[in-house]
Amino acid sequence: MSIEALKDLAAHIEATHGDAVRASQIVVGELTLLAERDHIVPLLRFLRDDQQCNFETLIDICGVDYPERSDRFEVVYHLLSMRMNHRIRVRIRTDEETPVPSATVLWPAANWFEREAFDMYGIQFADHPDLRRILTDYGFEGYPLRKDFPLTGNYEVRYDDLEKRVVYEPVKLTQEYRNFDFLSPWEGMTSQIPGDEKAVSEEASE
Amino acid sequence: MADTIHTSIEDERKFTLNFGPQHPAAHGVLRMIMDLDGEVVTRIDSHIGLLHRGTEKLLEYKTYLQGMPYFDRLDYCAPMNQEHAWCLAIEKLLGVEVPRRASLIRVMFSEIGRIMSHILNVTTQAMDVGALTPITWGFEEREKLCVFYERASGSRMHAAYFRPGGVHQDLPQALIDDIATWCEHFPIAMDRIESLITENRIFKQRNVDIGVVDVKTIMEWGFSGVMVRGSGLTWDLRRSQPYECYDELDFKIPVGKNGDNYDRYVCRMEEMKESTKIIKQCIELLAKEGPGPVLPRDSKLAPPRRGEMKNSMEALIHHFKLYTEGFHVPEGECYAHIEAPKGEFGVYLVSDGTNKPYRAKIRAPGYPHLQAMDHLSKGHMLADVSAILGSLDIVFGEIDR
Repeated sequence: MSIEALKDLAAHIEATHGDAVRASQIVVGELTLLAERDHIVPLLRFLRDDQQCNFETLIDICGVDYPERSDRFEVVYHLLSMRMNHRIRVRIRTDEETPVPSATVLWPAANWFEREAFDMYGIQFADHPDLRRILTDYGFEGYPLRKDFPLTGNYEVRYDDLEKRVVYEPVKLTQEYRNFDFLSPWEGMTSQIPGDEKAVSEEASE
Repeated sequence: MADTIHTSIEDERKFTLNFGPQHPAAHGVLRMIMDLDGEVVTRIDSHIGLLHRGTEKLLEYKTYLQGMPYFDRLDYCAPMNQEHAWCLAIEKLLGVEVPRRASLIRVMFSEIGRIMSHILNVTTQAMDVGALTPITWGFEEREKLCVFYERASGSRMHAAYFRPGGVHQDLPQALIDDIATWCEHFPIAMDRIESLITENRIFKQRNVDIGVVDVKTIMEWGFSGVMVRGSGLTWDLRRSQPYECYDELDFKIPVGKNGDNYDRYVCRMEEMKESTKIIKQCIELLAKEGPGPVLPRDSKLAPPRRGEMKNSMEALIHHFKLYTEGFHVPEGECYAHIEAPKGEFGVYLVSDGTNKPYRAKIRAPGYPHLQAMDHLSKGHMLADVSAILGSLDIVFGEIDR
């Protein structure tokens, strides 16, 4: 799929659904639409049914967490058109409370993908027929792929020989979890070298 | 009065059955709650996640290189194919070019992986419907492929052989020669296995017209791979959106006609033959083009040679930095996809410019396939459930991640 063809496609979508698409970009040969959350279902329906788009296959729906943003979650849709042989990515933003309109009305395949996004991030989907947890344990608490969820988890299981069953206990680490930070201050960091912020704050207080 | 008796008999026919999670036909740890009307399935509720290991979470805490071996553990029937998708995603963001020899080796091992996965699937599918011999014959061949994995990488299953930018080490010529010999012998072994299954009356009775997938189902449920080709659509990412050097290779795409279990079985058998052809072509090309680098030279992706490290301080520092800090991937996002044996395997990678991925979403082909289990099995008999499950080709490593 050439870049020109993708540009034409982006222009076509923006011309017909200007209110739903906030921006579009083509990076590493992939077309991404930044869309409005409330218009996502009409937009996806258009992408599926329009002759020029024809994105009939839903490849994936997933969440991404940016805790520092006020709308902390992104929901990313990947679509494929087997007939036209092109792909598209649609991104929308949401927060912890605001539900995203479910795409299950368009593709039944969206069911499990949305359940997974709910399970992993706690993203709510409105009008989803069966919004249960899917990958985590029965009775699991918390949303494991959020950036503030610990890598070690909160509970561990073991078989208790006295009770003759598996018991859940809070995670006990024999030594503190070591998170190695190998980022070198010359390459990895862009803004400030550790320690510099003291000098700035002193200057500011003066 | 007669009416009430009638309804109570109706109700007696309905019951709920628990299937798995420990069941030989579940191909792993799948639990299904099946609502039955007599022997007819009315609803299936699949419970997955019993093999969930938090791969995506772990990837966010590891450098790109450290994350690579996790991909072997997804679809453990074809480990190197998964590594391939991960490497392609990183390469796409980095914009590095893979050396020619590495590209050929990668394609060769991807096809070996495809054969490994298909052998396992068709023979276990035969076992699900009652044939016990094919699996022993198939695994004899599969074991030889595992040995090739071991001779290339040191491990017969979790290879960790691919690297962003190429492969870890060059192959010894003896190994390439042995793979060439195997390619000559394999079609004969395939014919023997085929003679057991393809025309077998019981196998046909259990699989023909069972689990029929039409085009509407494919589009609605997000199918890919053999699930699409079995229904007559010529869709193969190796051909339609080629990666590596697939566009130079000569191979056919087998398609089915009826989209039932049996057609998918035949597709897989034919695909193995095509894969053997691709391996042969790769070996020819490897011989023709001669030795060369398998990782990009003078890049920060490849470790320096041991001898170089003894003499050069720079090389020593580079080696240390590569295996502690790792390399940095420019900020951005991309989706890399491969034609895995089971369908479209994709990696959606979001990078924030550091040495660790910000988010890596693994799109496993088995996930939407298993999701359609309820749709495909509705109205079928209880005994067909395991036949359909077998032909979906699911592996829980990749579904549960």
